[in-house]
Amino acid sequence: MAGRNRAGWVILGGGVAALAVLAYVNAGRPRGKRDSAPGHAARRWRWGGYAVEAYTVTIARPRSELYAFWRRFQNLPQVMENVDTITEEGDTTRWTIRAPMGQTVEVATRIVTDRPDEVIAWSAVEGSQIDTSGKVMFADAPGGRGTQVTAIIAWDPPFGRLGQLVAKASARAPAMQARHELKRLKMLMETGEIATSARRPAE
Amino acid sequence: MRALTWHGTKDVRVETVPDPKIVNPRDAIIEVTSTAICGSDLHLFDGVIPGMEQGDILGHEFMGRVVEVGSGSSLKKGQRVVVPFTISCGGCFFCTSGLYSACDNSNPVEKQDASEAAFGHAMSGIFGYSHLTGGYSGGQAEYVRVPFSDVGPIVVPDDLPDDQVLFLSDILPTGWMAAENAGIAPGDTVAVWGCGPVGLFAVQSALLMGAGQVIAIDHHPRRLELAESLGAKVINYRESHVAEALLEMTGGIGPDAVIDAVGMESHGLAPDRLLDRAKQAVGIGVDGIHALRSAIHACRKGGRVSVPGVYGGFADSFPTGAVMQKGLTLRTGQTHVQRYMPSLLHRIAEGEIDTTFLISHRLPLEEAVQGYQSFRDDQNSWTKVVLKTPASGWIG
Ligand SMILES: NC(=O)c1ccc[n+]([C@@H]2O[C@H](COP(=O)([O-])OP(=O)(O)OC[C@H]3O[C@@H](n4cnc5c(N)ncnc54)[C@H](O)[C@@H]3O)[C@@H](O)[C@H]2O)c1
Ligand SMILES: [Zn+2]
Ligand SMILES: [Zn+2]
Repeated sequence: MAGRNRAGWVILGGGVAALAVLAYVNAGRPRGKRDSAPGHAARRWRWGGYAVEAYTVTIARPRSELYAFWRRFQNLPQVMENVDTITEEGDTTRWTIRAPMGQTVEVATRIVTDRPDEVIAWSAVEGSQIDTSGKVMFADAPGGRGTQVTAIIAWDPPFGRLGQLVAKASARAPAMQARHELKRLKMLMETGEIATSARRPAE
Repeated sequence: MRALTWHGTKDVRVETVPDPKIVNPRDAIIEVTSTAICGSDLHLFDGVIPGMEQGDILGHEFMGRVVEVGSGSSLKKGQRVVVPFTISCGGCFFCTSGLYSACDNSNPVEKQDASEAAFGHAMSGIFGYSHLTGGYSGGQAEYVRVPFSDVGPIVVPDDLPDDQVLFLSDILPTGWMAAENAGIAPGDTVAVWGCGPVGLFAVQSALLMGAGQVIAIDHHPRRLELAESLGAKVINYRESHVAEALLEMTGGIGPDAVIDAVGMESHGLAPDRLLDRAKQAVGIGVDGIHALRSAIHACRKGGRVSVPGVYGGFADSFPTGAVMQKGLTLRTGQTHVQRYMPSLLHRIAEGEIDTTFLISHRLPLEEAVQGYQSFRDDQNSWTKVVLKTPASGWIG
């Protein structure tokens, strides 16, 4: 990532999940850091009590276009299968997210960092059902291949490790979600549609 | 519509299923006229490719007429097209680099997890070839939904009959890419394992690319005869020692390039092959690599190994020593069909390439089950089966 330390990202303000992010950032620092792998590739599953998941895709579109798409949060349900609705009220965004075992979770977030064409970070506000913060970064890909988009989500798994496993088993885990969502974003931005092998439209 | 569907190992049926419709903007619906059964379909028929589901429509070699288009398709109703078996978006890094069969965007996201876990990266979409490659309904049917129809299908002139252009969908470009991957220099000796359609087209392509001699290996007399008619020398591995014959036919040097056009269900006499077969019988994911081993063993030092043959899992006793010590180069992959279609269509139109010589049987789609059975069990005389739909107007 040209000229930018991938691990050196801003600490999110607000929300306790910031602590997880702090732990994550520390893991990405030279002090106590053993290799150049990003912190989220570490062989551990929690950061100060939080799970951190991340995934990167390269999308053959310019940064500005991808940033603009993401920044309009109402666009996101197109690529986020687990997000039912997104509504924006002032600087607060409300997400209704499908959770394991037929449940839904309400999360309200606030943007904590917003640098056009570079980064958008958000954090859950007081009263959200899940303590979470996340961040999406846009960087020029080498060789003119477009943009590397990295999404990082820190969350406090309900019921700890067990909750994380249940979520994983039902494909509702943030890691798998993040991977699927970024791939769908890539499809939509690169091809204008999202691939399906359905023989007929859903009735 | 009528379609050939998969229900389990050696259980395929022609059934009535719902017609396809336009789903995404870049889709087109093709009314199939001709569609072929491929050696790759036999791997599905034999149940050695995982990720199949009951009712899946098979077939990835097909052509026909455009009957419906989405708003983003560049095709027009009534156009006659041949459809590549690989589904490619045209816009990702791989497609824009000409690596169409490595397209990032054609395999639906939720279907990518399995091949990503198995191979390290997700495979692209392929028609009628298991849910590892998308679970797309295939072309052994009256109609097919073709995604990214502005990138894949090639429009063919009305004066070229189906049988001359149908194989642009897969085996002709596959044979061509196999020869290209063999890096043929003028005068080279190229040995080809397998005289099925892929091997035969590899023989034809290698000769067109200037090979000095092409040696084709199989045990079916009829298939060897076809290779000979193209200009190849042949070795029947039931009658001659392949390794010894190849050395003697190349002045003790060995072939400059070898092509494995057999794949995971290789037959053979040697014990290693029986071992592979036994393991294949008990668990999925074991590739029979008898032909590949023998090709690598025979290849000259510093030579090229080209592998169009399909593999899906793991293999024991892969000859790492021979590859390293002889300094071999190995090239393989699903064919980047879109890359080769225009130039090959041109060669067909110019009369430079004939593709019809290997068609042994034409059957109505309704008799597809017999086609599978015979293509598998009587390989000697069933060299290639083309299925005709009612829309083709074919009357036998
Ligand atoms: N790479 C691609 O994109 C691509 C595309 C199409 C087909 N394929 C693969 O190419 C392979 C060949 O396809 P096909 O349609 O010609 O199949 P096929 O089954 O008709 O032909 C295979 C031939 O190999 C011969 N054979 C078996 N074992 C042998 C051995 N040990 N030595 C020499 N010959 C042997 C058989 O007798 C048969 O004639 C298959 O694995 C198929 O899946 C790959
Ligand atoms: Zn094929
Ligand atoms: Zn692509």
